[in-house]
Amino acid sequence: MEDLTSPKQDKKNQELGEARRPWEEIAASSQDPKSGLSEPLEPEQWLETGPQPRSGPPQSPQSRASPPLDDVTGPGAPSPPSPAPEASFIPSTLALARQQLAAPWQSDRTTDVNPKAETPHSHRLEQSSDQGKSTAPQTCQSEGDIFQQSQQTERHLYGPEDVSNNNSKQKELRFNIFQEEDSNSNYELDHTESGVSEGAPSPLEIAIQSAKAYLLKTSSKSGLNLYDHLSDMLTKVLDERPENAVDIIESISQDVKMAHFRKKLDTLQNENEMLPIYETAEKQKALFLQGNLEGVDQELEDEIAENSLPNVMESAFYFEQAGVGLGTDETYRIFLALKQLTDTHPIQRCRFWGKILGLEMNYIVAEVEFREGEDEEDVEDEDVTEERDDGDSDAEENDEDELPRTFYKTPQVIPKEENRTGANKYVYFVCNEPGGTWVKLPPVTPAQIVTARKIKKFFTGRLETPIVSYPPFPGNESNYLRAQIARISAGTHVSPLGFYQFGEEEGEEEEEVEGRRDSFEENPDFEGIQVIDLVESLSNWVHHVQHILPQGRCNWFNPIQKSEEEEEEEDEEKEEEKEEPEYMEQEVGPPLLTPISEDLEIQNMPPWTTRLSSTLIPQYAIAILRSNLWPGAYAFSNGKKFENFYIGWGHKYSPDNYTPPALPPVYQEYPSGAEITEMDDPSVEEEQAFRAAREAAALPVEEMGETEEDEDEDDDSDQE
Amino acid sequence: MDAESLLLSLELASGSGQGLSPDRRASLLTSLTLVKRDYRYDRVLFWGRILGLVADYYIAQGLSEDQLAPRKTLYSLNCMEWSLLPPATEEMVVQTSVLKGRFMGDPSHEYEHTELQKMSEGEKVFEEEVVVQIKEETRLVSVIDQIDKAVAVIPRGALFKTPFGPIHVNRTFEGLSLSEAKKLSSYFHFKEPVELKNKTLLEKADLDPSLDFMDPLEHDIPKGSWSIQMERGNALVVLRSLLWPGLTFFHAPRTKNYGYIYVGTGEKNIDLPFML
Repeated sequence: MEDLTSPKQDKKNQELGEARRPWEEIAASSQDPKSGLSEPLEPEQWLETGPQPRSGPPQSPQSRASPPLDDVTGPGAPSPPSPAPEASFIPSTLALARQQLAAPWQSDRTTDVNPKAETPHSHRLEQSSDQGKSTAPQTCQSEGDIFQQSQQTERHLYGPEDVSNNNSKQKELRFNIFQEEDSNSNYELDHTESGVSEGAPSPLEIAIQSAKAYLLKTSSKSGLNLYDHLSDMLTKVLDERPENAVDIIESISQDVKMAHFRKKLDTLQNENEMLPIYETAEKQKALFLQGNLEGVDQELEDEIAENSLPNVMESAFYFEQAGVGLGTDETYRIFLALKQLTDTHPIQRCRFWGKILGLEMNYIVAEVEFREGEDEEDVEDEDVTEERDDGDSDAEENDEDELPRTFYKTPQVIPKEENRTGANKYVYFVCNEPGGTWVKLPPVTPAQIVTARKIKKFFTGRLETPIVSYPPFPGNESNYLRAQIARISAGTHVSPLGFYQFGEEEGEEEEEVEGRRDSFEENPDFEGIQVIDLVESLSNWVHHVQHILPQGRCNWFNPIQKSEEEEEEEDEEKEEEKEEPEYMEQEVGPPLLTPISEDLEIQNMPPWTTRLSSTLIPQYAIAILRSNLWPGAYAFSNGKKFENFYIGWGHKYSPDNYTPPALPPVYQEYPSGAEITEMDDPSVEEEQAFRAAREAAALPVEEMGETEEDEDEDDDSDQE
Repeated sequence: MDAESLLLSLELASGSGQGLSPDRRASLLTSLTLVKRDYRYDRVLFWGRILGLVADYYIAQGLSEDQLAPRKTLYSLNCMEWSLLPPATEEMVVQTSVLKGRFMGDPSHEYEHTELQKMSEGEKVFEEEVVVQIKEETRLVSVIDQIDKAVAVIPRGALFKTPFGPIHVNRTFEGLSLSEAKKLSSYFHFKEPVELKNKTLLEKADLDPSLDFMDPLEHDIPKGSWSIQMERGNALVVLRSLLWPGLTFFHAPRTKNYGYIYVGTGEKNIDLPFML
């Protein structure tokens, strides 16, 4: 029964027990045992009245009772001595508390004593309040010091840190006091009451009261007060009994403050919160350990000889001057991941292309050139030819079934470019984070590029995600990613003028641009360009990636030619031939190595922004180029070296809003002829007019029919 | 991001790729301390960088003791000399909403916008084309204000409200736990709440008035306009806004480090619904 109120009281009494000790020290040190004995009661009263306003109604009734004081510590006395020698004082405190609780009237008694004795003290305190709060703690402390010397223990007045260390000693002290109280209970009361009748509070009591008032002072900032905080903290320590509480007492204090802000709902703790962190760390550890292979010496030489790995850290340093970059250790991890890539695949050249951000995960992209003859062939070419064949065979079948033949011919599928040429010049590998597996992206087809130009979608980070869009994108996210990478490379990969030069002339230039130069090589005689020149004039930079034509390829593919060849093979397609235009204009784009000053402006905005990396120290500054067309594409050069980089969402910039393309008009599929005519259904008015006309016509003559439907209907009616 | 922990914050926010060059960083460290002293701010935040065609704007914000009071915005072109920007007004926002395209980078640049205004002369009412000149500074102010109102983020528990009214930094904020960090509901908009009063009583019962006094990100429209990712192997949670691309919010769970930075062109991504 009493247990209902016991938790509160438990804490309260523990608080009493805890807080009583420091006060007891003061008490015992400064005054003779007798008067000192009244002191323990006083702090007890204060502490009780302290928590009382907070604890509310449950406590108040108890304080109103007035039990005899004799038995205050009567039941308490026998038990304390027995567990006194024990180091742990939980049982003893609890025992004490339980004894106090066992007879609520006991605590009532103690509380009752308090109010009586309190008044003179408060009176005294008021008198001594003039002393100032600063003196009160000091006196208390000095008293504490005295007591410390006597007890040969170090105690700090406001230091609950000493709680655990001095538990046993303080407990003993309290038991001693209790025993004394027990023996002199009556005498104490008399003394207390006589003390009351004395009138003038001692300076010590005033000091204590002012100290307590100071502790109770509410913080203007947070609404807490130190008194409550200390008692909460001590309660928590007593509840939880941590190891070496004195060492972690500051954290405990913080936890208590934080507990105000946390709802006490979840007692379940997530055990596996740290697991994902450890897993990723393990994966990345593998990155770092890959270098430890057997036969290190030999392999080291090999590696240094065939260095296909770029110096990512060096480029990262330069890009950092531009304010672009992924942070040093992230870049280093990417560096290691690239090394892993070059070790596992036969790669001629490799470059860190950039990072594309996605919704759930990001892509780290590496641009790779395989060694000669080491490519893996793709099976996708065959699908393209199959599609065309299907279309033709359907047409043949239609003839047999005597269904009207459609005009519609599947538009010529433009074949994708061969590997190593045009848009498929490089192979791209992506991974979601350094340490993850590298996935090769499939080569890009012109259809994908053309469609990618018409849609704008965020990447999710998972390569198999379907792209739901209009016009429907032929492929999933890996294809879309590859298409965007191709577009970005074609649009923003630039190098200083003269860095690359065309290869040896391959015969004469043909008039048709099919024999365009699309190969280049590094210019060994490149002397570098002044950084200032690079910044001031855009003509010092050139594109070194082929421009992608509207068709979706870099090299023009003439679909007419091919279709003519097909028609020679099949004789039944004569009709269609007339419908198609015989001549398709060849799409031309700027040739390779055109300076970027020729780039089109975007609505009066220059397509590139150039900056010097630092205006404060221009001698060592580098030139930085920022694309306005593809936000996130950067290039730097220090005159001799250059590098391109992309970091962004993977979309082109357009000042106008994106508008999805409109649906095309309904296609007229079948020829109008005698057998079938496409006509609109008559509208309601037309039908009514027709009916009225028919009735009018039917009245005079039966066989007058104006329209076909009339005849039909008449025929029908005749047949009926 | 707090100017005091600038270097660490920049390192943590570097996942988005855009940061600051070393000389800017160094200048910021110095100049922001001076700004704090001169203007007597309680906290100075480095808000971010708006990329212009000719030059970039570096923006900083100063906060007073009450964290939700209107912030003072300063801009600089070289991270050394800071100028105070006027506070944003509704009128400014409306006026500049017609401007499209990139920032020039020159604060005195004037955009010309022709609009039809109804002019009445005597009895005739006709429309006349009026060329309105809008200063880039005004545009800057309204864009910063819009971004702040839309996407400035703060984790739950970082600020607390006292019964006296002012909002304080919570010194005992030790960071969100990992599971909390992955949920959008643990992040709030760093502005005066708008949606809060529309919540039902049932929802409000679960809220803690000292902590949940701002709008959470969870109910932002359009849904999915935030990308929440764990980087560095779950040691860092990064929120990126898709509505204002360029805004990155980072937080290292279980630590006090959090902040947001905007590095971008200052244009809203109106195509967002098509892109999701």
